[in-house]
Amino acid sequence: MAYYQGLQAEVVSYRAHKSDNGEAYYARPLRAGKFPGVVVIHHIPGWDEWTTEVVRKLAHHGYAAIAPHLYFREGSPGEAPDDLGARIRAAGGVADAQVMGDVSGAMTYLRAQSNSNGKIGVIGFCSGGRHTYLAACTLSGIDAAVDCWGGNVIVDNPNDLNDKRPVAPIDLTEKMSCPLLGIFGNDDANPTADQVNRTEAVLKKLGKNYEFHRYNGAGHAFFNHARDAYRPDQAMDGWRKVFAFFNRYLATSAASIAAE
Amino acid sequence: MCSYIVEKAALVGSAKGRKGWMRIDTANVYYDHPYYSTLDHVLAIDFTNEGEGGRDRVAIELSADSARALVDRILAALASGQIAHGSLAPEKTLVAAE
Repeated sequence: MAYYQGLQAEVVSYRAHKSDNGEAYYARPLRAGKFPGVVVIHHIPGWDEWTTEVVRKLAHHGYAAIAPHLYFREGSPGEAPDDLGARIRAAGGVADAQVMGDVSGAMTYLRAQSNSNGKIGVIGFCSGGRHTYLAACTLSGIDAAVDCWGGNVIVDNPNDLNDKRPVAPIDLTEKMSCPLLGIFGNDDANPTADQVNRTEAVLKKLGKNYEFHRYNGAGHAFFNHARDAYRPDQAMDGWRKVFAFFNRYLATSAASIAAE
Repeated sequence: MCSYIVEKAALVGSAKGRKGWMRIDTANVYYDHPYYSTLDHVLAIDFTNEGEGGRDRVAIELSADSARALVDRILAALASGQIAHGSLAPEKTLVAAE
């Protein structure tokens, strides 16, 4: 058997929030077998190329991964995702309830595939990290969640809450129903190291299953090799933490996931 | 962390985008993570015509220092240009329908 295994990546339709016909980027290993599914939640700028690279990376490592396009309702098929992101930003963002509906729909899509092993993980970056925390607290059926530097999990100014984002995710922590991995840079301004500590204190107090990793010399988005923020040593170690975590909670047999 | 903080500026003007020239009436201005630039943060401006739905835009992403320098050069160009043209004419108001 060849060392590297093939994968297939494509844009698919799925049933999103309120049964809307959503679009998503989906990649899966081509070899036969059952694979865990992972939903990838993109950041505020949009459904960008780096997000699709994360999906393919997960497929390369033996997961069926899907990144729902959270802004598809703003445009027509084929419109550039960055233009849709600009419209969403000007309109004040997407509502948490809608994002949770889209994530739930993406989870259903993964479970419906013949290659599913029945396990589902969620990973999100930046605002997607916040959405991941929310999903871990509000959606059922998640087996493992990874919050990568999600800011505004703690909301210190109540004026930052609004109709689209009515509740601070930290206030829902008691309802968290799956293991949580947190990846953070100590130089990040949102979340700050203090906010990460306060989030951890709440998780610890409530007896949640969590694992936090903090990196010196790294700030926000340090996995993103398309940015000056990229920190290769910290990012490589962070990815190892992510795959170890997903392997622990999502694999149904060790052989089903490719070696790192 | 990205934010949804946007400053809106009403404009009278035009911009050239992927469909050619268009009238613009709004600039959405924000300082956040970019879509395209390799910088960690950018001053971004989306020039749009919200009166026509705001679907097309001309977008720029600038470093903070270069954005400040641009503000300074815009003010300098306005000051010298308006003197050179001998007029501080009243702002034109566009007719809504063409």
